[in-house]
Amino acid sequence: MTYATKSPWVIHYDASSCNGCDIEVLAALCPGYDVERFGIVNTGNPKHADIFLVTGSVNEQNIKVVQEIYNQMVEPKVVVACGICACSGGIFHDCYNVIGGVDQAIPVDVYAPGCAVRPEAIIDAVVEALGILEEKSKALQAQRKGA
Amino acid sequence: MGKATVIPFGPQHPVLPEPLHLDLVVEDETVVEAIPQIGFVHRGLEKLVETRDYNQFIYVAERICGICAFGHSMGYAETVERLMGVEIPERAECLRVIWHELSRVHSHILWMGLAADAFGFESLFMHCWRLRERVLDIFEKTTGGRVIFSVVKVGGVVRDIDEGQLAEIKRVLEGIKDDYSQIMNAFLKDTSVKNRTVGVGFVSHEDALSMSMVGPFARASNVNYDVRMLGNGGYGRLSDFKPVLDTQGDCYARVKVRALEVLQSIDIIEEMIAQLPSGDIAVSVKGSPADGAEAANLVEQPRGECYYYARGNGTKNLERMRMRTPTSQNLAGMTTALSGCDLADVNMIVLTIDPCISCTER
Repeated sequence: MTYATKSPWVIHYDASSCNGCDIEVLAALCPGYDVERFGIVNTGNPKHADIFLVTGSVNEQNIKVVQEIYNQMVEPKVVVACGICACSGGIFHDCYNVIGGVDQAIPVDVYAPGCAVRPEAIIDAVVEALGILEEKSKALQAQRKGA
Repeated sequence: MGKATVIPFGPQHPVLPEPLHLDLVVEDETVVEAIPQIGFVHRGLEKLVETRDYNQFIYVAERICGICAFGHSMGYAETVERLMGVEIPERAECLRVIWHELSRVHSHILWMGLAADAFGFESLFMHCWRLRERVLDIFEKTTGGRVIFSVVKVGGVVRDIDEGQLAEIKRVLEGIKDDYSQIMNAFLKDTSVKNRTVGVGFVSHEDALSMSMVGPFARASNVNYDVRMLGNGGYGRLSDFKPVLDTQGDCYARVKVRALEVLQSIDIIEEMIAQLPSGDIAVSVKGSPADGAEAANLVEQPRGECYYYARGNGTKNLERMRMRTPTSQNLAGMTTALSGCDLADVNMIVLTIDPCISCTER
């Protein structure tokens, strides 16, 4: 990918993270790392979002919320698992109320490991997600033309 | 009066970085009752003491919450040290205080940013978070981590802060003070901010006491209680400590208490650096806690008093580890502050208790 054709909006949801990754997601958007200068904006509305940043592993209670947000997002959409808990469960993998990584609930496109995940890793994952978003968008357009 | 309607608030909500669900019963625009529902972040990590030994569990304890991470690792380590009768070097105690107070500075500035975001003052939010990055840089230089430090161990601390770094911390804090006074000015004097905070979400002194509220939320209702004034650990070396109090009990008072606590923490750090004793930073801890031995401990987290309890069973694993965290104490106060408020003020009131859901549910 040489340039971004659109400014993606992100939505962030804390599944059962310890906050460490959440504040790093916000720190990536704020001055210091400042991805907002590329038009990447944090939105609260799933219908406005292109990239879903999930932190923390899923448990019995929040698995439905994660799936609901994912289902409300409009295609094309990309999911980024931020932090090792979202990737695999991390240090809490054998807790009785942890089902596992976010991929147990919804399809995950990019994994950004780390405890807590560093803002650089989140930015790297979002850049990778942009490429996937573009591919998905092209596939969707081709499908529409074919139909 | 109109018909009662229930409006769901959360778990996914723009003002909440963490999932908390509230059923808001509203009549017209007024909230009659707020019913909280929690459990979205529950992992069950207290049970992990059965599979991790007491040295390994410190890394789990640190990940109870990513904002009060240092406080939890310190609180857990102190509890286990009491359980096993370990005396840690004075330098380690003081280094813990320095990191803990730096965490409070970072946590309060982070919270002020989120509060600014909640009342729609986006640029103030960004300014707060920019300032916070400088505190995180200190953490990164002294511990290697930005939010999770892994620097405490049972028996002391893992890393020392050398003279050069101490001078750097002092220099950075001086710089932060200048910029911070401007931000504080905006929070405490700006009319548009005051319109959203003054008189909103009032909690009386009696209510604060009867609901056992803790931390800045209680101190804003003139509850004179701060664990730091008990002088545990390195805090006993402070020449003078008086909790920051306010009598108004509204959102403005809570903003003010936290704003002034940042300055207080900076003073504590400077005092600690000035009188930092030399010597070892850790003692080696061997053996296991005795069967049936019990220990309790209190730590003033950025959000309030946190209580730790541990019981040994003669093996490397603890029998029981229990924390009572500040936000679980404050949820009752929050629902009281919410009843009777305007629907538009809900996010402001929820934020001014500084909810830390991952602490609460663990």
